[in-house]
Amino acid sequence: MGILEKRGGRLIVHLPRELDHHYTEEVRRRVDAALRTEAIWELEFDFSGTAFMDSAGIGLLLGRARMMRALEGRMFVSHMNEQIRRILALSGIEQHIRLEKEEYDEK
Amino acid sequence: MKNEMTLAFDSISENEAFARVAVAAFVTQLNPTLEEVADIRTAVSEAVTNAIIHGYPSEVHTIVVRARLQEDLVEIQVNDEGVGIPDVKRAMEPLYTTRPDLERSGLGFMFMEAFMDEIRVESAPGLGTTIHMKKRVGRGEQHQEGS
Ligand SMILES: Nc1ncnc2c1ncn2[C@@H]1O[C@H](COP(=O)(O)OP(=O)(O)OP(=O)(O)O)[C@@H](O)[C@H]1O
Ligand SMILES: [Mg+2]
Repeated sequence: MGILEKRGGRLIVHLPRELDHHYTEEVRRRVDAALRTEAIWELEFDFSGTAFMDSAGIGLLLGRARMMRALEGRMFVSHMNEQIRRILALSGIEQHIRLEKEEYDEK
Repeated sequence: MKNEMTLAFDSISENEAFARVAVAAFVTQLNPTLEEVADIRTAVSEAVTNAIIHGYPSEVHTIVVRARLQEDLVEIQVNDEGVGIPDVKRAMEPLYTTRPDLERSGLGFMFMEAFMDEIRVESAPGLGTTIHMKKRVGRGEQHQEGS
């Protein structure tokens, strides 16, 4: 599953179609392995291919945001659909952590 | 129209997607909006995931999901015969979780409450848990016609 893309110090995580308890496990394992072994200061979670997310996805994002903060790096989420935006808004994730909800624009 | 269905499946994480997709497909008979289907899918996913993670933490057992459609009302029950919840009121508080070690964040019940019209939790330690949820669907279009 080619979900990780490294561009310089940025790691882009192309999330699976459904981000539930089942599918977060592999994403967590692979992202954490990359954060442990590579120099990464920017982590982007790309939801382009993701149709569904529940609380398991919030747990995944919160955990990785904590790690990025410890590394003094940044974290982004991008390309969320309406269902996922509602989940993010309801979770209050923007208030509890510094999660920058920006579309990454290619320059 | 009235229609009922029951699903019984093993408490393994592969079945989370199966359960929410099956219930969502069943509910389409009532012509729900896309948003209503998304709401139901999320609520079912939360309840089933809780049964798998919390209800049956160490063994695989059976989870039963029932759905009943009547007029514009969807009623859903998610049942496990697992460990049960000692303090339901506390468990339903936002951000309350007994499994921070698994990166759970205590949002499941909050999402069920936000996305369904009604939720009731029946639980007893050692006996298991049943989540009862209700939602009225498919009225968006009628509303627009009337306005
Ligand atoms: N079916 C169940 N059996 C036993 N305990 C449960 C069950 N469902 C929920 N609980 C208890 O209620 C708590 C709160 O559930 P809730 O879904 O709100 O949060 P969570 O599952 O811990 O985290 P999240 O859903 O955000 O991943 C759980 O931590 C657990 O202790
Ligand atoms: Mg939960």
